[in-house]
Amino acid sequence: MSGFIAVYLREMLILRRRIRRQVLSMSVSPLLYMIAFGYAMGGIKIEGHSYREFLIPGLVAMSSMTQAFAIAVDINVARFYWHIFEEFQAAPLSNIAYVSGEVLAGMTRAFLSVAIILVIGLFFRVCLNYSAVAFWLAIALDSFIFASLAVGLAMLVKSHADQAMFTSFVITPMAFLGGTFFPVDRLPVWAQKILFFLPLTHASKAIRASAYGHPVDYSSYLLLAIIGVVFFFGAIHCVNRARD
Amino acid sequence: MIRIEGLKKSYGAIKALDGIDLHVAAGELFAYLGPNGAGKTTTIRILTGLTRRSAGDAWLGGFHIEKEGLKAKKRFGLVMQSINLDQELTVWENLDIHGRLFGMSAGERKKKIDQMLSYIDLIDRKTALVKQLSGGMKRRLTIARAMIHSPEILFLDEPTVGLDAAIRRRIWALIKEIQEEGTTIFLTTHYIEEAEFLADRVAFLDEGRIVTIDTPQALMSRTGAWAIDHMDAGKMKTQYFQTRQEADTFITRQKESYTLRRVNLEDSFLLLTGKKVG
Ligand SMILES: Nc1ncnc2c1ncn2[C@@H]1O[C@H](COP(=O)(O)OP(=O)(O)O)[C@@H](O)[C@H]1O
Ligand SMILES: [Mg+2]
Repeated sequence: MSGFIAVYLREMLILRRRIRRQVLSMSVSPLLYMIAFGYAMGGIKIEGHSYREFLIPGLVAMSSMTQAFAIAVDINVARFYWHIFEEFQAAPLSNIAYVSGEVLAGMTRAFLSVAIILVIGLFFRVCLNYSAVAFWLAIALDSFIFASLAVGLAMLVKSHADQAMFTSFVITPMAFLGGTFFPVDRLPVWAQKILFFLPLTHASKAIRASAYGHPVDYSSYLLLAIIGVVFFFGAIHCVNRARD
Repeated sequence: MIRIEGLKKSYGAIKALDGIDLHVAAGELFAYLGPNGAGKTTTIRILTGLTRRSAGDAWLGGFHIEKEGLKAKKRFGLVMQSINLDQELTVWENLDIHGRLFGMSAGERKKKIDQMLSYIDLIDRKTALVKQLSGGMKRRLTIARAMIHSPEILFLDEPTVGLDAAIRRRIWALIKEIQEEGTTIFLTTHYIEEAEFLADRVAFLDEGRIVTIDTPQALMSRTGAWAIDHMDAGKMKTQYFQTRQEADTFITRQKESYTLRRVNLEDSFLLLTGKKVG
């Protein structure tokens, strides 16, 4: 337990040192999307909501994915650049304690970015139903999945460049296609079938539905939870692989 | 305290370690001396769980490094060759996180951190960011960090590499003091004087094998007591002598320039391996 706290606390102390830069950089892209797409798609209504009301839950889903996944960058810097990871490897720290600490740190970043997006939304007079448990649970599951994936991958890669490759080929495309900027059902059926297998599609659906106050589709939550647990245990398994 | 049996490590075709056997007694300061690429870091990395071994076994304080990994890890502190501190965190934060990793209570951490910081003369830099410290201070801090959880064994991988002579002496004094408190020390180095000055026993390591293990005095006296570097047919040669008298006799016949000096560990290493350490 103490080891888990050490890992998490370390990430939080670093986050606190960079908090201004972090908040600023987390604000830039949602702000741009809200301005650019918001004006461009101004008159469009989707499912009876304005485009901006459609966009905010999408950005919440996307950013809880990308920010949770970004914990991989911090792990890589600690591993390949500062060699701090050796401190963890040489300590009597169980794999589960290490992974839990880093995953929770990734989820914390995700929640920070969500808070920023909701505030940005308020500036554009977007205020949806954020008090639902289902809304926050979907964010938690989304960030849990991608933080776990990030930790697992960070253990497997041999350099930071490998990690960056994965981000550009998997995370970024998913961010654009997984129901962030437009409804998935406007795509051809074959594309929808592919997107059905991406966790972000389900996360953005669940986050948007709960923000609109629609009834909860439990199957999405179950699916996300299963994927999350699989990735989490996968990450625990990968920690041993980080030894050369 | 440290027992290694038949330890091997290969990276593809490279045999980094080719069958290491050794035993370090409790309280001993053991130096592992060898040129770059000899396998010093690889040995420490395997013992501390950072690298997987290819064959062989090792025990730290009686616990097998892999089968009883978590127990073995509580026994030692590790100072790596490169400075692996969190540069954006403060001195105190770095030490506190280390204490937490080893399951120390808040009270124990506070007491031990203050004690170690006074010990290394950094108590007044407690709240400074690590990136603001000098190289020598950072090195002392990595040693203090490794000692926070009061380990029985301290691994030091080339602790004075890249530091100037005055700071090096200061680190040596610190290492000696730590040994005097009862800690077993396993130190790697490619500095002859470091092994000579600090070590109770020295292992010569060359290309992944131990060439010999003995006290620095015994190793040197096997070579001789005096050495004369002299020119012979345009080449620098070294001649070793057991007594000063033999050396003096040699000098009287010497026509070209020469230097008379005491034998050092470099001479012993050179005679046994045909190579220089540094
Ligand atoms: N990760 C690695 N991959 C491939 N070869 C390695 C790796 N680490 C060390 N080696 C090789 O193993 C040998 C021993 O290296 P090392 O233990 O670092 O030597 P030393 O610390 O004595 O300078 C060297 O030939 C080195 O190139
Ligand atoms: Mg080395």
